[in-house]
Amino acid sequence: MENLINIFVKSIFIENMVFAYFLGMCSYLAVSKSVKTATGLGAAVIFVLAITLPVDYLLENYVLKEGALSWLGAQFADVDLSFLSFIMFIAVIASMVQLVEMIVEKFAPVLYTQLGIFLPLIAVNCAILGGSLFMQQKAFNNIAEATTYGLGSGIGWFLAIVGIAAIREKIKYSQIPAPLRGLGITFIVTGLMGLAFMGFMGIKL
Amino acid sequence: MSDKEALFSKKNIGLLTNPLNSDNPITVQVLGICSALAVTAQLKPAIVMAISVTAVLAFANVIISLLRNTIPNRIRIIVQLVVIAALVILVDQVLKAFVYDVSKQLSVFVGLIITNCILMGRLEAFALGNKPWPSLLDGIGNGAGYGMILVIIGFFRELLGSGSLFGYKLIPESWYIANGGFYSNNGMMILPPMALITVGVIIWVQRSKNRKLIED
Repeated sequence: MENLINIFVKSIFIENMVFAYFLGMCSYLAVSKSVKTATGLGAAVIFVLAITLPVDYLLENYVLKEGALSWLGAQFADVDLSFLSFIMFIAVIASMVQLVEMIVEKFAPVLYTQLGIFLPLIAVNCAILGGSLFMQQKAFNNIAEATTYGLGSGIGWFLAIVGIAAIREKIKYSQIPAPLRGLGITFIVTGLMGLAFMGFMGIKL
Repeated sequence: MSDKEALFSKKNIGLLTNPLNSDNPITVQVLGICSALAVTAQLKPAIVMAISVTAVLAFANVIISLLRNTIPNRIRIIVQLVVIAALVILVDQVLKAFVYDVSKQLSVFVGLIITNCILMGRLEAFALGNKPWPSLLDGIGNGAGYGMILVIIGFFRELLGSGSLFGYKLIPESWYIANGGFYSNNGMMILPPMALITVGVIIWVQRSKNRKLIED
């Protein structure tokens, strides 16, 4: 249990997807003009990360990893399919996003209309594939750890995008040098937020 | 477009050179930021990354452009993802075979070329509607524009952060405070947030030279 809390806090603050690894920057910059849409996209990312990571974990450990196929029989014990992991992960993500889209449309139509175009676009958000690849690299012990990592990274991404959206709403009224307006100042503010988040780095859990 | 257009007509040259400045994928189209920032703490991985992305982009553009009349519109995203993923697996295996240490350094970011928005963006915006040859030029041009920004960021971050380029020391040892000198490396340049601020400054410089790009 302690271990899970550790992974959870670490993935939100210390290894934040946006500030430490720059994942999902494209949608982070494109969809952060208002807090409302940013909240919707952030929630969708949490959802998709928390669902795809356990699925990819099972895939990695029972199909792709060297020796993972040994449950099929002894002759498969030294098959190594890990070179296929990129294409398998992206397929899982694309189909999961489709599935989530259908479920949300059926059971929560209000949320569906709020999220609109963002839901299908999550398939090409690098935070999702990045989550799966980091999960593969970190070699978690069990599925609960992988799920916690997914949930935590999603929440970290959510915090980042809602924060920058709020700052961008306020910064519209400031006097910024013309060439810095829009994209330039967003980059610099993100950098400063990143420096602030680095303050969490020394924390030992 | 006439069938007899020259291979290097003015329009085709424009496809190659526009992405270097006024239509730069990173600073103007805002595509492919994630990997641009993460791999630029040193110059060598930045260059390897730039070459990989250019290769994947050029080939993916040509393949999608050849297939553009046969891909059903509804499943085009999946087709594009499969083409890109296959090319990225090739690049990953080549990197592992020939430059293993850089491949270790790039870690997950080679895989993340798949979701690099430069690829999807150019395939959607260009390759689906153009012939293979202009698509190839567009791919190379955008890859070069991306690579140029990567190299600029990598140059400043490695020079100011570690006092070296390509791993070779440029600042004389006797300059350092530890050896009785006056100089010390700015350790902050190696940290992730400084990459963002460097890009912000590059955008600032570019837009004050090219006033058409300023947003209101």
